[in-house]
Amino acid sequence: MTATLEPVRPMPAAQHGPLTLTDLTKRYAPGLPPVVGGLSLEVRAGELLTLLGPSGCGKTTTLRLIAGLEQPDSGSIQILGRSMTTPFVPPERRGVGLVFQDYALFPHLNVLGNVLFGLRHLPRTQRLSRAQETLALVGLTVFASRMPHQLSGGQQQRVALARALAPRPALLLLDEPFSNLDAQLRHSTRQEVRAILRQSNTTAILVTHDQEEALAFSDRLVLMRAGQIEQIGTPQDVYAAPRTAFVANFLGRSNLVSGMASGTSARTALGVLPLMQTASGSVLLSIRAEHLAFCSDTEGVEVRILSREFRGRDASYTVQLGSQELLIHEAGGLLRLENTLAHVRVTHAATVVRELGGQA
Amino acid sequence: MTSRRPPLLLLLPAVFTVLGVLLPLAYLVLRAFGAEASELREIVFRTRNLELAGNTLGLTAAVLACTTAVALPLAFLATRTDFRPRRLLLLLGVLPLAIPGYVGAYALIAASGFGGTIQALTGINWPGPSGFWGVLGVLTLFTFPYLFLNLHAALRAQDPALEEAARLLGRTPWQTFWAVTVPHLRPAWLSGALLTGLHVLGDFSVVSLMRYPTFSAAIYQQYTAAYDRVYSAWLALLLLLLTAFVLWLEARLMRGVSLSRVSPGGARQPGTVRLGWAVVPAWAFALTLAGAALVVPLGTVLFWLTRDFNPAALADLWVAAQTALGAAALAAVTTTLLAFPLAYIGSRYGQHSRWARLTERAAYLGYATPPLAFALALVFFSLQVTPSLYQTLPLLIAAYTLHFVAEAVGPIRTSLTKATPRLEEAARVLGLSPLRALTRVTLPLIRPGLWVSAAFVFLSVLKELPLTLLLSPTGFDTLARNVWTYTEEAQYAAAAPYALALALSGALLTLLILRRETGRAETGKAEPQGEQTSPRRLPQVAPAPQTDTTQGTPL
Repeated sequence: MTATLEPVRPMPAAQHGPLTLTDLTKRYAPGLPPVVGGLSLEVRAGELLTLLGPSGCGKTTTLRLIAGLEQPDSGSIQILGRSMTTPFVPPERRGVGLVFQDYALFPHLNVLGNVLFGLRHLPRTQRLSRAQETLALVGLTVFASRMPHQLSGGQQQRVALARALAPRPALLLLDEPFSNLDAQLRHSTRQEVRAILRQSNTTAILVTHDQEEALAFSDRLVLMRAGQIEQIGTPQDVYAAPRTAFVANFLGRSNLVSGMASGTSARTALGVLPLMQTASGSVLLSIRAEHLAFCSDTEGVEVRILSREFRGRDASYTVQLGSQELLIHEAGGLLRLENTLAHVRVTHAATVVRELGGQA
Repeated sequence: MTSRRPPLLLLLPAVFTVLGVLLPLAYLVLRAFGAEASELREIVFRTRNLELAGNTLGLTAAVLACTTAVALPLAFLATRTDFRPRRLLLLLGVLPLAIPGYVGAYALIAASGFGGTIQALTGINWPGPSGFWGVLGVLTLFTFPYLFLNLHAALRAQDPALEEAARLLGRTPWQTFWAVTVPHLRPAWLSGALLTGLHVLGDFSVVSLMRYPTFSAAIYQQYTAAYDRVYSAWLALLLLLLTAFVLWLEARLMRGVSLSRVSPGGARQPGTVRLGWAVVPAWAFALTLAGAALVVPLGTVLFWLTRDFNPAALADLWVAAQTALGAAALAAVTTTLLAFPLAYIGSRYGQHSRWARLTERAAYLGYATPPLAFALALVFFSLQVTPSLYQTLPLLIAAYTLHFVAEAVGPIRTSLTKATPRLEEAARVLGLSPLRALTRVTLPLIRPGLWVSAAFVFLSVLKELPLTLLLSPTGFDTLARNVWTYTEEAQYAAAAPYALALALSGALLTLLILRRETGRAETGKAEPQGEQTSPRRLPQVAPAPQTDTTQGTPL
């Protein structure tokens, strides 16, 4: 992957981001709750944005709405400042690229034919060089004459990427592009794709339900639930400071503990804990599993170890505190026995989160 | 793009198909009730109707039992045993389809009896087939491939893990066969049985030649000899009622039967049974079947051809061949054209859409209507509404198209599972209009399916008799028509060249289709990498009378 591309497309006018969604709504049937409900989002040039959420949260539908494969019920989509919704612009005139979950490579065309497919708008003389340039970018030059079924899953994935990148789309959409790869391949392909997108300075939106993938891949993260945005931010921010219990739980499992807050600390079953932000009254706190640690009998609170899972680098324990179960990740140290008593303390400040469905 | 209702442009062909079948049938009803009340009562409550119904149903049941008895062992031998060469069995199970029932009946009649082939060659006066047993024999020999193809495909596709699980749970191989293998063949058997049943209900040629009265035979007799229009309309209606009953029964039995394989299933093939000494009866079975279904008919045709060959007849043969091939080619084109939108709706708009189911039914409506009843309805309809169309080529081609469109839908639908909507969407995102996406992605991908569809229809039209007899323009002599005419007049030598031409062209097409199908199945197996990524796990939940390329090829 040594080839480079010259900067993609003319730079858009400064006031127009590659994509602006305003109050986007889509329902599949009149009576049902909307799949996407009033979604507003602005994507910046050159950024890698991830839509993350459990299956059925509307992330793929959002992607299909942007691509023009579905028509929204209301709201607007603007790509490079051009409205796509009034009137409806069909997918072939939107100038976005899409990498499908199953790649959707044309089985009757070879690799080169697949990449050439979207280059009809170019002058004849430029098509071949552009296709070869893009194939070089994904490192598949030698496979140009292979048929899709003769390629491995990872190679097919890269052909799909090359096919979508070749027309130099203003915006690239990736619909769970790594979910068909096995764990090891997924990791390396993810890194490669990220490098390619960076190198070609492509603005991309990735859809995934894999939190690890979302954290590793994106510049910004959009957490979705039931057709709405739960939280937007950089991966570090969202991970460190989840705004709601849902986010805390979905993004690396968190322990949710209730307590009484006053100022920068709160009284909980785990003792008096420092808080990241000031609060008062009854609150729900998120405590990451790695922010809990076993300690000597003189400090912390007593818990019973229910089960243990050794994972090589670290071990995770499920412990019981009163009627609540807590999750603890501990790196190094001796393995503790199941069904014994131990003492636990909190090592970092806790985050105040909104209750599921409640208002902050 | 995923709207539930298909665009109007695509629905029009479906509407056309439904109207094309239902309108003539409405005229049949009109004609049937166009008599005095007393006359009606006399017609409907004739004891002869009861006798005809009994004969028709009894024959259908007997043919189903006999074809199963032939097709199941043959399919099992060809898929699950170490019988070699397997290809021989496959050919034996498919080639009889190339011989139309009336050619088979002609051959068996001309072979036996006083002055027949067998007496001429050996001196033994072998009794000629006639009546119930004659019909049963001929229909069994030449319709068992419908069941064979279905059972063969099902036995081959069955998940070997199921049988292994049964063995591990303590069943003997024999118990496993009955407890696991046979129940899993039910959907395949049912759809094959439906095709066979429809064929038996619709056949008038074999029963007429063997002088065994069924509804179809009676309709033909009425039409040619007595020409009592009201009575023949009533006979056709009663036959339709019987067909509806068979369809209902099949749908009822098929309910709740899932055709899909639960486990993902790799390329693993079911294990083989060692035949041991049983290879002797197996060969005896195969050779007897080959003798009766292939050698005797061909031998008889060749015998009569050499015995009384008239070079002057060659010119007639040439003309008949041209007429038949021309009509078949034309019908193949129109039928495939009509079948494409129907298959497209059925495949794209899913099993859940009312519209998709409607188009599916529309396609099978024409196929399930017994051809003689349909032909009669078209005669009444055209005489009443469009007299200028009566006995013209356009009407004949329209009748072929409406009757055979279901055959063409199957292969196109199968190939459409490869051309997924995802691929069309990919083409749209890459800048193609909907129409261009269709022509540049979907059509190239389903081209093999289109060819198979056209070939099926071509072969079927070549063999077709009832529609041709009742609807063709005067002087429109096809191969099939000439075989029929000469055989009816017991001019076996004159019929021979036409029968031979028909059987040979049929065999050629059958082999071509078979080769294409098995060739495709093998390349399908040779792409394991593609398998793991592309979504080919689509369960083949075919609707009841699915005329799939692998399941039930009604040639």
